[in-house]
Amino acid sequence: MRLRLSGEIIKSDLVRRVEDLSGQNIAMCYQCGRCSAGCPVVDEMDILPSEVIRLLQLGQIEEVLDSKTIWICASCLQCASRCPRGVEFSSICDALRAIVLRRRTATPSVGADDVSRVMRTDAPQMGVVGALRKLNG
Amino acid sequence: MKIPYYPGCTLHERALDFDKASRECANVLGVELEELPIWTCCGAVFPLTTDSVMEILAAVRNLAYASRMGDKVVTLCSFCYNVLKRTNKVMREDAERREKVNLFLRADTETRDKTESFLKKDYVGQVDVLHYIEMLRDVVGFDEMAKRVKTRLEGLRVAPYYGCMLLRPHGEMEFDKNPEQPTIFEDFLTALGCDVVDFPMKTECCGGFQIVRDEETAIACSQTVVASAIKRDADLIITTCPLCLYNLDRKQKEMEKRVSGFRKIPVIYFTQLLGIALGIDAEYLDFSDNYVDPRPALAEKNLV
Ligand code: SF4
Ligand code: SF4
Ligand code: SF4
Ligand code: SF4
Repeated sequence: MRLRLSGEIIKSDLVRRVEDLSGQNIAMCYQCGRCSAGCPVVDEMDILPSEVIRLLQLGQIEEVLDSKTIWICASCLQCASRCPRGVEFSSICDALRAIVLRRRTATPSVGADDVSRVMRTDAPQMGVVGALRKLNG
Repeated sequence: MKIPYYPGCTLHERALDFDKASRECANVLGVELEELPIWTCCGAVFPLTTDSVMEILAAVRNLAYASRMGDKVVTLCSFCYNVLKRTNKVMREDAERREKVNLFLRADTETRDKTESFLKKDYVGQVDVLHYIEMLRDVVGFDEMAKRVKTRLEGLRVAPYYGCMLLRPHGEMEFDKNPEQPTIFEDFLTALGCDVVDFPMKTECCGGFQIVRDEETAIACSQTVVASAIKRDADLIITTCPLCLYNLDRKQKEMEKRVSGFRKIPVIYFTQLLGIALGIDAEYLDFSDNYVDPRPALAEKNLV
């Protein structure tokens, strides 16, 4: 993978926006990988949680916003609870989704078809409400 | 003793069995769960973005309604508990968001609740959010609960599943001393006379709301949890969360298709198990909604 790096890219406004929205300091991460190791859905991710943070440290925000990872996160908070540096990847993930969803150009990753499928099988309301709030905006 | 109770929308609709069992157990233990006269869905998931205001408004309204009734509110669903407790912390500690949210609450009072003033004062986190199991431990007392047990659940091997939302983030939820090795459900089960089955997946995620978006991924999570309890010869799993129950119980139908020789395991709400111990009729506790019927496992130990 080729990265374009420059002072300007690394200090991108959008990365600062992620820090602001998530309340996290991305520079705190020292890449130990515990967040990725504890994540229950990591197998389905195209970029690991720790890699997402590294890419953000290098200003590669668009790549991260395009990833599958941010939509697969189940918000279980295991990554946050195990980080030795107090970084909450779960919050960073919410912030990244918020940026995409607030652009209003994205196709929601959960749509009406998904909802009707699970409602037919008697899924509890909370699952549907939760999925729509986290993944549809 | 009366305690304000917030059922949440799932217990009001799809998880009626959980609501019913929990109210009846409380009655037997001398506590009346007094449902808030007005409430709405809490929103199910706590927004992790720091600028969220609209996203926490519904939860604050519920807390504000509770504050008219007392200084506590009890809830059962793990998601409700997580959302209410975290929202409460925002209202206690984040002055900027507290002020914004209260602007909405003041507008509520003016527009639609003139007869009975919605709030006499701003909501600033006056209410303590308690989970039902905390109520059992701290208000009733596990010892007192144990004294009311009619049938000790001797020989029943029960695996307590915590999931995520009760425990994380530990700094805010403070649900138990150690978020990686909680013991409150073990203590509860011991008081009922069960054999507690410790299993390493008890605090892992069941896949949660991802079941809506990506069923395969969520089932992989729930299957890991279920398999871990089965491997340790549990007779059943208990949970506090309707979504956990759905992923762990109902989705065993899918697991059966995927794994040859899959042995099913019943998953029930912790208050349904408590109900059995307190002598409440199994008919009343209503296991009709469970995919895996827990009655054979209970009958084997002469509990139903
Ligand atoms: S656990 Fe924390 S420090 Fe380690 S890689 Fe993940 S975010 Fe970085
Ligand atoms: S919150 Fe998301 S990224 Fe973190 S461990 Fe859970 S599923 Fe993985
Ligand atoms: S968390 Fe769920 S059950 Fe609780 S009120 Fe909200 S949507 Fe309903
Ligand atoms: S275990 Fe599953 S449903 Fe239960 S709280 Fe966690 S994600 Fe939610």
